[in-house]
Amino acid sequence: MDTTSLIGMASIIISGLTMAIGSIGPSLGEGKAVVQALSSIAQQPDEANTITRTLFIGLAMIESIAIYCFVISMILIFANPFWRLVTTQ
Amino acid sequence: MELLHLDQITPDAVVLWKWKFIVLNATILYTWILMAIMTVGSWLITRNLSTEASSSRWQSFLEVVVTGIRDQIREISQQEPHQFMPFIGTLFLFIGVSNFLSFIPGYAPPTSSLSTTTGLAISVFVAVPLYGIFDRGIIGYLKHYAEPSLFMVPLHIMSEISRTLALAIRLFGNVMSGNKVVAILLSISPFVFPVVINMLELLIGLIQAYIFAVLATVFISAVVRAQHEKEELKNIAESLGGLNG
Repeated sequence: MDTTSLIGMASIIISGLTMAIGSIGPSLGEGKAVVQALSSIAQQPDEANTITRTLFIGLAMIESIAIYCFVISMILIFANPFWRLVTTQ
Repeated sequence: MELLHLDQITPDAVVLWKWKFIVLNATILYTWILMAIMTVGSWLITRNLSTEASSSRWQSFLEVVVTGIRDQIREISQQEPHQFMPFIGTLFLFIGVSNFLSFIPGYAPPTSSLSTTTGLAISVFVAVPLYGIFDRGIIGYLKHYAEPSLFMVPLHIMSEISRTLALAIRLFGNVMSGNKVVAILLSISPFVFPVVINMLELLIGLIQAYIFAVLATVFISAVVRAQHEKEELKNIAESLGGLNG
């Protein structure tokens, strides 16, 4: 197997794995955050505005980790520096 | 009409015009167009302002937007919003309009390029110490780096850098992923499904603009706030002393 197909195979497999493994943690965390926020709103409906706003900020913080994984896998597929190095040689 | 090919992840790669080392790419062009739309639009609207009950509908629209931003800043920072309003409002409106126009064919949002989002994040990174220094002076601002103890200085600096990086990559990743998902869906099932995802992306774009503005407000007001809390405590203590005496 030559270098080109090795690099192509490795980047595609690794980008799939990055999304698969990298989205487990953030999804569990977001689920926990939403559960806690919903039960807090049920207990204190007056504070719903503050809780919802804080929930949104927290969800964005958690989701950014999944977004990092997505960016890495996009770079591996579309803008892989090693792929460019091999194909231009 | 597709501006970006499927294998280009940022509009930086679309070079429209080139002269020696000056390159005009799609990001710069659309940033200029957005700036022109927003500046000319608000100039046209605020040209004939009226305080009577029968004001124009565009004036009402701008009033709703501005008072909404001001109320949000006041609620989040727990301070008077007039000092944060120009910076935070500009960030929110620019990112919001840039993401919201993404349903127009042939348009690529400038916020889907890492250069734009890094520029916005760096402006937040610079604005935080500026607000802090204007509020309590250089020495007073530098003192907050060593707040619990002197060992916290490297951690404070690390957190400032990492949150700037996180701001940039969060916005870039969200907007870019939305565009890419729509483009991939268009090549797979080009009939109804991309429209639904596009509507979801409009919502996500506005939420991301909101989150960027909220985080900038939180960072800035955290620097400015401590001082005012001390003054309030002193006032309360004085009034209590007056009551007792």
